[in-house]
Amino acid sequence: MPRNPAMQCPTHAYADVVVVSASGRIDFAGAQALEAAIAPSLAPDSSVRGLVVDLAGVDYISSVGLRVLMVAAKALRARKASIAIASLQPIVAEIVEISRFHHVVDVRRDVREAVGAISAQALAAFDRAGATERS
Amino acid sequence: MRVRFWGTRGSIPVALTVDGVRRKLVAALRSASGRAFRDEAELESFVDALPFADGATFGGHTSCVEIENGGPDFVICDLGTGVRPFGQSALTRNGDGRTYHVFMSHVHWDHIMGLPFFTPAYIPGNRVIIYGGHPHLEAALRRQQEQPSFPVDFNTFRADIQFRRLEPGKWHDVAGMKVMLKLQRHSGDSFGYRFEHDGKAVIYTTDSEHDLGNRKETDAFVDFFRAADLVIFDAMYSLADAISVKADWGHSSNIAGVELCHAAGVKHLCMFHHEPAFDDASIARVLADTRRYEEICRTGAPMTVTAAYDGMEIDL
Repeated sequence: MPRNPAMQCPTHAYADVVVVSASGRIDFAGAQALEAAIAPSLAPDSSVRGLVVDLAGVDYISSVGLRVLMVAAKALRARKASIAIASLQPIVAEIVEISRFHHVVDVRRDVREAVGAISAQALAAFDRAGATERS
Repeated sequence: MRVRFWGTRGSIPVALTVDGVRRKLVAALRSASGRAFRDEAELESFVDALPFADGATFGGHTSCVEIENGGPDFVICDLGTGVRPFGQSALTRNGDGRTYHVFMSHVHWDHIMGLPFFTPAYIPGNRVIIYGGHPHLEAALRRQQEQPSFPVDFNTFRADIQFRRLEPGKWHDVAGMKVMLKLQRHSGDSFGYRFEHDGKAVIYTTDSEHDLGNRKETDAFVDFFRAADLVIFDAMYSLADAISVKADWGHSSNIAGVELCHAAGVKHLCMFHHEPAFDDASIARVLADTRRYEEICRTGAPMTVTAAYDGMEIDL
């Protein structure tokens, strides 16, 4: 399986929701990059109410990558926060279904829908940011 | 080598129910759609062509796998309920005065409960040699036949029964094969086996949980599986279950099986230790999903993926 050591996972905060954008292949190395990007949102004293992982740029996710998301889900739920994955490419959607991961993590059509499902305040911030980018 | 599966179910034996049989009959008749058959051969061909879950069953016996290597002795892995039909078959294959080599993954109930019903163990002149990595193999097997749990004491066996503890990580010569054990992650520990004979390699790895995020542990299993012709793999749970509600339950997933076997260059992954809550249609669906996942992840030659069923034979 090709490695992905250079994978970057930029994060954006919209009010109390953080969106992490992954890209490429989330194999062993990619999972480590994703884990590092997610870690600050999992801290017990974090004020983050929800985490959205944008998978639009991801063309493969391995079991190690899915495990990172599961660990995040457990940590967030422990302090009553939420996690969702969004914008899955068809192959990634298939992997999520084959692994039955859709039963344990919220899967959303796109980032906007995922953010809105967690927080109205975050959705407003997301839309404002989008309007600014378009202007 | 020929591998023959006598018990493939995990945790507890199961049986087809009235509803299960009825669903198969309805599906078969629906497929026939009123057609007439000229003769028995045409009827048999029709049944053979039905989807496996409609025309057959994965079975319900717990773990027992036979390895034929052309030698005079019998070789099996585990003493689940599948060892009862194996014993009957062995007797019809001139099983008296023979040596039976038994490799134990561990001594949890579903892997030992067939022994009291293993007829060759009651016949003088037979020899049953039980191998494993645990220090308490003999104690566990004797205990399950003590009163008040079972009426026939272990001492009733008339075959010569011996126990041999094998050290993991070293090659052992048994029944004309090279055998190596590997410690696995499972409550109370379990051991996987690598059997090599005549240029072929078979891995028996059941009741083993994998954390593929643990690079050192994963690399060790990849080395153990390396270039095997067949890996019989505990794929009891979905990945989501294996790493969430059933984490630390000591079992693995079809996804982990594909990833480990791909990394090791395995030729054939055979899923084993099926979830007892699954009916035939569920296991068939897991098989189809796993074949698709293998296709998605494939970077080299295709790997054969099957789901073991009681009575299945694989020639290597």
